[in-house]
Amino acid sequence: MDTELQPALINYCIALGDDSVVLGHRLSEWCRNGPFLEEDLALTNVALDFIGRARMIYSYAAELEGKGRSEDDIAYLRDSREYHNLLINELPNGDFAFTMARQFLVDVYDMGFFTELAQSKDPMLAAIAAKAVKESRYHLRRSEDWIKRLGDGTEESHDRVQKAFKDLWGYLPEMFDVSDEEQQLVDAGIAVNRRALEENWTATVYAVMREATLDIPDDSWSISGGRDGVHTEHLGFLLTEMQVLQRNYPGQQW
Amino acid sequence: MVVDTDKTDTAPLFKLLSSVCDPEIPVLTLQDLGVLRDISIAGNEINVTITPTYSGCPAVEVMQEDIKTVLADAGYQHVTVQQSLSPAWTTDWMSDAGREKLRAYGIAPPARQADSQNIQCPQCGSGDVKRISEFGSTACKALYQCQDCLEPFDYFKCI
Repeated sequence: MDTELQPALINYCIALGDDSVVLGHRLSEWCRNGPFLEEDLALTNVALDFIGRARMIYSYAAELEGKGRSEDDIAYLRDSREYHNLLINELPNGDFAFTMARQFLVDVYDMGFFTELAQSKDPMLAAIAAKAVKESRYHLRRSEDWIKRLGDGTEESHDRVQKAFKDLWGYLPEMFDVSDEEQQLVDAGIAVNRRALEENWTATVYAVMREATLDIPDDSWSISGGRDGVHTEHLGFLLTEMQVLQRNYPGQQW
Repeated sequence: MVVDTDKTDTAPLFKLLSSVCDPEIPVLTLQDLGVLRDISIAGNEINVTITPTYSGCPAVEVMQEDIKTVLADAGYQHVTVQQSLSPAWTTDWMSDAGREKLRAYGIAPPARQADSQNIQCPQCGSGDVKRISEFGSTACKALYQCQDCLEPFDYFKCI
């Protein structure tokens, strides 16, 4: 690979790892708080897949970087301004409807994203993506099913999931923004052109929402900044909990 | 104990590793699962290649340690275990012997990709089954119930 692109590739990997670890951590917060046992298991199983993805991507970033950092150093020893995840991943879980609405939106995105990334000219990213897409297909089956059940369920479940989509809507445009640095990797056939994912994403999401008797929000607000390290106030709290052990006992291992 | 590893025949190593099982489904060996992909020998260095099942499966690290322990017990000291992600693991790699062991253990084996709706109750063999949950007690399982004998059972997810 073009060595000029190496720093961009490392940043790209870390941002993708951040997306995965932050959402994985959020999902893990449902452990023993799920609405019933099967859902508790499902949420934490999905959390494991996301954390596993982050580990693979961080390990690769650390290897590319070659400075002796480990996957753990990358996850546990950076502050929120150094995290570059998309904001939607860091939002608090809210109620079950909010968690599933977010999961559905991310799962549809991940299906498109990892299908494309599996074609990357970077063999490692392509290999990780090929694994991830299989898992996302499975995740999506469940989250899509829940959107239909909640939307077309009781009045309360409908209202809650409708509100969740409304609250999430402004975090979506950021998912399809491509930074200048990322564009260089897109041009080199390494990164995914996220802008091009939006059309299929929209078609899938709208179709499921309509089937679930949900209205498509017409909100025009949007908020972004995750990829630049500018976050909501929620990420700091998440990292504080996630990193507390390594911050208090540096280098501690299981 | 000194073992002569200056030979390229890996069959004895595969035989040794046939005792290494999935820590969460102890009836399945790594070969049954399709996780053990390759063994290579260079001088006295042994390199074992495995492929992870699910990205976040915590059993993978235990498998790596178990491989090293079994080989070390047999006198092989210089062992590395590497993970290969590509091609991505699929349940289609599970051996027929592995599928039969799973069924006997009470877990419905994964359907083939081409026939992913073909799930049978491991207790009575009925195909009239109902999904309870997409996820189960480990990353690789889903929860089902048989409509005929009414037994709930684990199903090894097809991916």
